[in-house]
Amino acid sequence: MNTVTQSKPESVSRMKTLINKSMSAKPVNFQGEMGATVGSIHADNPRITCRNVNVFYAENHAIQDINLDIGTNEVISLIGPSGCGKSTFLRCLNRMNDTVEGCRVSGEIKIDDVDVYSKHLDVVPLRAQVGMVFQKPNPFPKSIYDNIAYGPKIHGLASTKAELDQIVESSLRKAGLWDEVKDRLDQPGTGLSGGQQQRLCIARTLSVEPEVILMDEPCSALDPIATAKIEQLIDELRQRYTIAIVTHSMQQAARVSQRTAYFHLGKLIEVGKTSDVFTNPLHELTQDYITGRFG
Amino acid sequence: MNNRTDSLSTMEKVRKGIAKRRSAERRFRFYGLTGIVLGLVFVLILFISIIGKGYGAFQQTQIALDIEFLESVIDPNQTRDSKVISRADYNSLIRKSLTKVFPEVKGRRQIRDLNRMISSGAMFQLRDRVLEDPSVIGRSERVWLLASDDYDMLMKGHIERSVPESERRLKDHQVAWVDKLLEQGLIKKRFNTFFFTAGDSRAPEMAGIRGALMGSMYTLFVTLVLSFPIGAATAVYLEEFAPTNKWTDLIEVNINNLAAVPSIVFGLLGLAMFINFFGLPRSAPLVGGLVLTLMTLPTIIIAGRAALKSVPPSIREAALGMGASKLQTVFHHVLPLALPGMLTGTIIGMAQALGETAPLLMIGMVAFIVDIPKGIFDSATVLPVQIYLWADSPERAFVERTSAAIMVLLAFLISMNAVAVFLRKRFERRW
Repeated sequence: MNTVTQSKPESVSRMKTLINKSMSAKPVNFQGEMGATVGSIHADNPRITCRNVNVFYAENHAIQDINLDIGTNEVISLIGPSGCGKSTFLRCLNRMNDTVEGCRVSGEIKIDDVDVYSKHLDVVPLRAQVGMVFQKPNPFPKSIYDNIAYGPKIHGLASTKAELDQIVESSLRKAGLWDEVKDRLDQPGTGLSGGQQQRLCIARTLSVEPEVILMDEPCSALDPIATAKIEQLIDELRQRYTIAIVTHSMQQAARVSQRTAYFHLGKLIEVGKTSDVFTNPLHELTQDYITGRFG
Repeated sequence: MNNRTDSLSTMEKVRKGIAKRRSAERRFRFYGLTGIVLGLVFVLILFISIIGKGYGAFQQTQIALDIEFLESVIDPNQTRDSKVISRADYNSLIRKSLTKVFPEVKGRRQIRDLNRMISSGAMFQLRDRVLEDPSVIGRSERVWLLASDDYDMLMKGHIERSVPESERRLKDHQVAWVDKLLEQGLIKKRFNTFFFTAGDSRAPEMAGIRGALMGSMYTLFVTLVLSFPIGAATAVYLEEFAPTNKWTDLIEVNINNLAAVPSIVFGLLGLAMFINFFGLPRSAPLVGGLVLTLMTLPTIIIAGRAALKSVPPSIREAALGMGASKLQTVFHHVLPLALPGMLTGTIIGMAQALGETAPLLMIGMVAFIVDIPKGIFDSATVLPVQIYLWADSPERAFVERTSAAIMVLLAFLISMNAVAVFLRKRFERRW
C-alpha cells in the first residue's frame, strides 16, 4: 500500500512532463496521410510477430494491415480512440475472436514462431499459453479457491490437492491478493470488491503459468487506488511475462508500458518506445490524440 | 418552424403537459389494477365453486352393520383357501344383517330396495376383511360398509326431503330407514379413504382417483425422463454449438411453430406413429408419455435456450480465455448457471403435460379402467381424462367427485409450480 501511494504522484508528474514535452515537440507532419505505420514495429527480442493482420466483422474491415512485434518481458500498451480496433487486435492474439460470429482474420500471427491461425493449431493450449484479463472483472460465480483452481484442474497441472493449494496460494500472492482473501477462500469470488475481483481474474490467469498476458482495459471499471495496485502488479509481472495492455488512460500507458502502439480507425499509426511516443510523436494523429485534441 | 413565435417559455410548456401526463399514468394504473382485481375475482369464483362442490367427496356415508361371518357361507369346507374365500357370497351376509336391523320390511320390492341401500361394492369390503384376518370367520363383527350413492346424496343434502316424493330418487320409506339408522347412530359420514385408494367404478361411491393418479404419475415419469434430457441437449446444442445458417434458422422456426401446434395433433401423430406403426400398447402411459414428450419438448427447448442466453457472455469468455474447451465451458460454467431456468421451463412443461387431455384421448387413454396401473405398459387413464369421464357420468354423486378430482389436479399443478418457483429462487445467482 505504501509503495503504491508513493509511486503515484511520481508517475503523474512524469506523465505531465511527458505531455508538456510532446506539446513543444515538433511532429513530422503527415497531413492526415494514412499509409504505413511510423516508428519501429520491431522489438529487441520478439516473442509475438504480426504481419499484415486484417480482421473483418462480416463486411466491416475492423483492422487493416497491422504489422507489429511484441518483445519478451515487455509491456506494450495499445492506445487509440474507441472503435479503433485495439481490442480486436488484442483478441486476435489468443484467438478469442473465434467466438465472434462472422469474424474473419487474415495475415500471420506467430507466437514463439508458432502460427496462431494455423489450421492445425488447437486453441486450448494456445489460450493456456496466452492468458487474458478482460475489461469487466468476470470471476466465475464460484468460490475464490475454485476460481483459481479451475485452470490448473482442466489442464491437469496439479495431481494432488496439496499441489493445487500451492498453485492457488502462489497465484494469489503474485496478484497481491493473498493477504486479503486467505481466510475466506471458500467464499464466492463475486463477493469481492471490483479491484479485488480484477486481481482475482489476474490471479486466475496466472494460475496456468501463461507466457503472454493480454489485458483489455483492465482498470476501466476500477477506482484510482485499485488501478494503482494493478499497475504495480503489471510492473512486477513484466519480469516473467510478455504483456499487451489496451488502455484508454494515457497516464496508465505511460506508467506501465515500455512501448506504445497508437491505433486509429483500424490502422496502426505509430509504434515506438513509450517515452518517444509521448514526448516526440512522429505522426500528427498521434500528437492530436495524446494532447487530447480528439478521442 | 421559423414563424412559430411562441410566447410561452419552456417551463410553461412543460407544466402545461404535466397534467395530461399524470392523468395518463393514473389511467394506466387503473386499467392494470382493474385487470388484476378481475383476474383475482375469477380465480376466487373458480376455487369457491370447485371446493364448494367437491369437498363433499372427501366424506362418504357409511352404514354400520353387525355382520355374522358365517363359516357355512364363506368357507363351508373349512379349507381357509383364499380362492374359496374370495368367491364366497358376501352379499347374503349383508342381506341377513340388514333384515335383522329392519325386521319390519316385507315384500320383494321393499326388500330389494333395502338391499340396495348398501353399495354393491360392500361385498369387496367384507371379502378384504376376511382375507386380511381369516380368524374372523365364525364370529360376528360390526363393520362400516359403504352406503350406495343415493343414500350418500341424501345424507349430504343433495336429495332434498322437501321435494315431493314422486320427484325424489329416494321414496318416503327409504328416507324413513335412514332416519331409523340415524337414530341408532348406525349411519354417518366418514372420511373417504376409498376416493384415494380405489380405481374408477361405475358406482360413484366406489369410484376413486388412485388409478388416474397413478396413470398420471407414470405418464409424467415417461415424459420427464425423455423430454428433459432431449430438450436440454437440444437447447444446449442449438444455443452453444450450432452454427448459424439457414438450416439452424429453419430448425428454430420449426421449434417455435411446434410450440403453437394444437395438442390434439400430437395425439394423432402418436396414434399413427407409436400405436399403429410401432405397435405399442393402446392406452398405456408409455405412449401417453411419448406423446406428451413431443408436446412439451418445444416448451423446454425454448425455455432452455432463453436460460442459456441469459448467462452473461463474460462467463463464457472467462472460461474460454482460461483455455477451457467449448464443452468444458458449457458444462462447467454455462449449464450450472442456466439450470434453474431450464428446470423451471421443464416443470412448467410438465404442469402443462399433467393437465393435457386432448392428445391422450386420441391414443385411447380415455377408456374405463378399473384396475390401478402397475407400470408404464398397463392400460391407464390420467387425471384430466378422469375428470372428463366423471363429468360425463349421469349420477348426481359424480358431480362432487368431478370437483374433488379437479381439486387433486389443481393441488398437483400448484405444488409443481411452487417447486418451480422454489428452484428458481434457490439456485438463481446474481452477479
